[in-house]
Amino acid sequence: MNRDAGGLRVERSSPFIQLQDAGRFGVRHLGVSQSGALDWISMYWANWLLGNALDAVVVEITLGNFDLRCEQDGCLALAGADLGATLDGEPLQPWRTFGVRRGQQLRFAQPRLGARAYLAAPGGFSASAVLGSCSSMAREQLGGLHGDGKPLAMGDHLQWMQSVAAPRPMDARLIPQFTPSPRLELVMGAQIGDFSGQSLFDVFNSAWKIDTRADRMGMRILGPRLQARRSTTISEGIPLGAVQVPPDGQPIILLNDRQTIGGYPRLGALTPQAVARLAQCLPGEELQLAPVLQETAQESHLQFLEQWRHD
Amino acid sequence: MSAPVPKLEVAGIDSLTLRLFDNIDESNMPWMLAASQRLRASFGDALIDLVPSYTTLLLHYDLERMDLKRMAGMRVRELIAEAFVDLQPASAEGGRCHELPTWYDRSVGPELPLLAQRSGLSEAQVIERHSRHEYQVFAIGFAPGFAFMGLVEEALAAPRLSTPRKRVAAGSVGIAERQTAVYPVVSPGGWNLLGRSPVKLFDHSIDGYSLMQPGDRVRFAPIDHAEFIRLGGDDSPLETPL
Repeated sequence: MNRDAGGLRVERSSPFIQLQDAGRFGVRHLGVSQSGALDWISMYWANWLLGNALDAVVVEITLGNFDLRCEQDGCLALAGADLGATLDGEPLQPWRTFGVRRGQQLRFAQPRLGARAYLAAPGGFSASAVLGSCSSMAREQLGGLHGDGKPLAMGDHLQWMQSVAAPRPMDARLIPQFTPSPRLELVMGAQIGDFSGQSLFDVFNSAWKIDTRADRMGMRILGPRLQARRSTTISEGIPLGAVQVPPDGQPIILLNDRQTIGGYPRLGALTPQAVARLAQCLPGEELQLAPVLQETAQESHLQFLEQWRHD
Repeated sequence: MSAPVPKLEVAGIDSLTLRLFDNIDESNMPWMLAASQRLRASFGDALIDLVPSYTTLLLHYDLERMDLKRMAGMRVRELIAEAFVDLQPASAEGGRCHELPTWYDRSVGPELPLLAQRSGLSEAQVIERHSRHEYQVFAIGFAPGFAFMGLVEEALAAPRLSTPRKRVAAGSVGIAERQTAVYPVVSPGGWNLLGRSPVKLFDHSIDGYSLMQPGDRVRFAPIDHAEFIRLGGDDSPLETPL
């Protein structure tokens, strides 16, 4: 047994706990999924708190049930969901850094607010990049701690890249608020005209409920049945956040682990901020969709990114 | 055939669908290939991903690299227009041609009898017809390195299995409607299987390596069991369909 190898030893885990970074790019024409942290905003903050590159490798902790034993002293950061985290039994709040000492236990229980927490370490966690990214992709057997796409498992050792951190506090006003029934912006796509007038009214004037069929590939939302003039189209490349409508009329929002091409009619695609907010929703929660033009969405996205530009 | 004029369709915040054709056709691919090459050149580092598929190209660009003083959308449209000036279809040498050695056999291709029965041909004729045609790679998707190829002769066309298999062996060669494909890795799948190829189609240890790319041409070459084994093939039979 490899005792005290340094870093963090995984004592309990689940298939929903994985190493992630920004994802794989430049390889989608080979059929390789994008992958990457679902709530990229929380990943950015977790890294920012330690002075890391914003897309350094983090642990994406979905729903909790994750225990770690510290095998060295260090400084870590937590952002995103409140999963009832504790350090040796003392509660830990997200959106801040915290010190750990060798021998301490870091535990994540269950969701109290949000669904996904992001744990960052100085310089990012160590893993070998596969096709330009360390993101875990189980279906494609790419990335993650061992390069085979597997989620973190009991006995895994997490090491980090730098011995010292440059921790800094976050302006409380910038903390994302996971308020209930979020309004998610949808960039209207060219195929939106393929849907009936009634359906277009329903899309933007209904409370949509998140189905239990929700994972990193996509989330189904339940509500009024939408009707498109065509049931399938010739398969084409699909962007992050694409909202496709299969013949049962219930939309599927396609996320980071989606397949690269698909052939259902699409309403458009959520903005990156909306995707990040959706990643913090649990099955059964409600959301609303709001239309936005591409140009407007671009401007507000670039403006949103400004908050990380200055130190 | 004159150069296609792409219809630009908003797909997402930083992506456009370039619609080049309305229908699936083998003659699309030389144009798709040429347009992809030109777009890669005109966008350079500002291109994040370009996904060709049958009739369209999904262009995902880096919003942060667009000139912010001007409207990003305008700059993107200029770059696309530039790429389509005097576009010529890629020559036959543009896309690569692959020969995939394939062992056609009931043990690894359990739908051979079904395909024969549907078409009224013998199994030997099904194999002959599947392997005599040069196919185009229309798209890569479903899984890394999974190439959708066509068009398969009308007589061999067959709908997907009503219940997909939970496990299809790597290298399995299948038909769905008028398309054919080879499964790069073990995965679930619903295509009608008629054989197995020992060729490795995707290897992530080689950066960005996929044997086949959209626009490539492919021919299946029948081989016998001994040759299949000599080439490193795994002849374990499929699990029973569920």
